[in-house]
Amino acid sequence: MGHERRLRIKTLVMVFAMVVCATVGDLMLKRGMAGIGAVQLTPAGITEAFRMTVTNPTIWLGILFLLGFMTTYMTVLSWADYSYVMPAGAFGYAVVTFLGVTVLGETVTLRRWAGVAMICIGVLLVTQTKPRTTNEARPTEATP
Amino acid sequence: MRVAVMLAVLILSGAIGEIAITYGMKAVGEPARLRPKPILEFLWRAVRNGWFWTGAPLMAVAFSSLLVLLSWKPISFVIPASALSYVVGTLGAKYVLGEDITGKRWAGVLLVCAGVALVAVG
Repeated sequence: MGHERRLRIKTLVMVFAMVVCATVGDLMLKRGMAGIGAVQLTPAGITEAFRMTVTNPTIWLGILFLLGFMTTYMTVLSWADYSYVMPAGAFGYAVVTFLGVTVLGETVTLRRWAGVAMICIGVLLVTQTKPRTTNEARPTEATP
Repeated sequence: MRVAVMLAVLILSGAIGEIAITYGMKAVGEPARLRPKPILEFLWRAVRNGWFWTGAPLMAVAFSSLLVLLSWKPISFVIPASALSYVVGTLGAKYVLGEDITGKRWAGVLLVCAGVALVAVG
């Protein structure tokens, strides 16, 4: 397999794993935060919000997935362009919409479908460019 | 006013933090292979890199401001407004990291930015 093709495939696989972790993590956090309600920006309000946040299991599950996101994100950025990874990660919005329709049976407005189509075309355009445009990656061996 | 300030904090701290992390990860070098052990060794090298500790707190600031904004305003306002970070991040990638942003990549970024805004509003 050519070097360029191999680089493209491993970048896309990593971006996909990143999107899955970020999407699931965000959904968990959203569920957890919705139960906490609006945060009041007073010392007492922030302390109370902090206490409720760290004792919420849904939020901890979300944080676990976001740690998975952070790992895949840091790994892919060790070889790929930031301007390639960042927009490609927006594919998560399309995934959430498709999941909403197929799994939850949600109705999606025409405007939202238009947004999903724009994201898909945008991601397709970005992923057709070179994953790395700065100096060539040099794989490093583990430090002894 | 407080919403605008928080939005600026979200976009700027997010973009600067991610650019610092990208810079650090490039300096660390990619894992020898995509297997658990080399990835863990890579993460160990990464967390000893100063740029990681510049970027991570900034990303934590961005994350906190996102949570605060979401508690103030509906997601249909917060996400479209913060979609501007795709453009700010791409400008940073070009001028700070020296990445080559071709016309095709710019077109993709702008479509993604507008698409994210539309999805959240829709």
